[in-house]
Amino acid sequence: MGLAKRVIPCLDVTAGRVVKGVNFIRLIDAGDPVEIAARYDAEGADELTFLDITASSDDRDIILHVIEAVAAKVFIPLTVGGGVRKVADVRRLLNAGADKVSINTAAVQNPALVSEASGIVGNQCIVVAIDAKKKGDRWEVYTHGGRNATGLDVVDWARRMVQAGAGEILLTSMDRDGTRDGFDLALTRAVSEAVSVPVIASGGVGSREHLADGILEGHADAVLAASVFHFGDFTVRESKQYMQSRGIEVRL
Amino acid sequence: MGNLRSVSKALEHVATRISPTIEVLVTSDPKAIRAAERVVVPGQGAMPDCMRQLTDSGAREAVVSAAANKPFLGICIGLQMLFEHGEEGDTPGLGLLPGRVPKFSAEVANSGLKIPHMGWNQVIQERPHPLWDGIADRSRFYFVHSYYPQPAERALTAGSCAYGISFTCAVARDNIFAVQFHPEKSQNSGLQLLSNFVQWRP
Repeated sequence: MGLAKRVIPCLDVTAGRVVKGVNFIRLIDAGDPVEIAARYDAEGADELTFLDITASSDDRDIILHVIEAVAAKVFIPLTVGGGVRKVADVRRLLNAGADKVSINTAAVQNPALVSEASGIVGNQCIVVAIDAKKKGDRWEVYTHGGRNATGLDVVDWARRMVQAGAGEILLTSMDRDGTRDGFDLALTRAVSEAVSVPVIASGGVGSREHLADGILEGHADAVLAASVFHFGDFTVRESKQYMQSRGIEVRL
Repeated sequence: MGNLRSVSKALEHVATRISPTIEVLVTSDPKAIRAAERVVVPGQGAMPDCMRQLTDSGAREAVVSAAANKPFLGICIGLQMLFEHGEEGDTPGLGLLPGRVPKFSAEVANSGLKIPHMGWNQVIQERPHPLWDGIADRSRFYFVHSYYPQPAERALTAGSCAYGISFTCAVARDNIFAVQFHPEKSQNSGLQLLSNFVQWRP
């Protein structure tokens, strides 16, 4: 008995619509973030993560309306990331109904943003997202959606970000993302054991076994997946039932 | 003081199901707090900031007086502030309830548990209370905190939770109920608790 490991569906949003296919049965509008969020909530999602992949800065405010609408209907924690550059962005998202804001590229460009933001809104609201790519027997931090190498070592960077005030680390393996080959378990374990805050494993989920492995072998506190849920390979509830059968404590 | 919006949205959601006449107001205006039928004090972030904002906004006296005679719900730091002292920033609390708010110790961290305590944990209902109505014992609620309430009187504990140690996560006395977890983010169980609060007649 104790704290449950979390399963977190991720929704990529652009211009107010969820992208990537969604294969829910009886879904009227497969691109409506509110409808999809409500569906995941009903299936037992422990949290939801929204990644704003809107390219144009003119359309950035649309995500605020999306979060407002979701937060009026879904009463589980909501994390929003993508394009967060300054403390004002963090505040706007929290005021719209986000519970946590995830910072990625801007944390590398301006590490003071993480300490400044967590000092104002509290560590529990600040997630630092790290995109990691294998390099020899270590991993390197990438930014700009995985396009730019930074030369930073992932484990060192995660430690530094926790010191700066990150309340959680969202760790994505660029090598595994989209492959359906499972998480990079060595990466997940290396970061999880290096930091005192919860780590969310991301990138590569293709099966329920992968989710369980992320917890049992990667030592992650939470597991995040997008396409397996969107395409209906299995539901959030089915994945949690499977995890429970492997001895993992979940909320069912 | 943290994410008031989540709390007000959840309250609006349950209130409309109970009665269309219920109005949910987000305010730090002492007059509005005095006029309210019931008061919810959320709080997220750090206890020193929350205490400072409570004082600076001029709402402190009104909140203290609400805690004396109205249905009163404290959430997260809104619970922590009710006690005498918070370890976070060595902060004096309102002192309405006897006890302190220490940090999860190194032993918790050394046993491999992450701090903050973040996620869905089971709440043991230590005694019956109207705010537990319709909520199964050991239901899971969403937590996110590094400090926890340590009441000086055992009778204050209405709910407890285990995270390395067993700690009090809900306190109740007379018209006061306060929780360390976030009912506004705890799906059906949390909405039920808020609904119970809106209808509570202590």
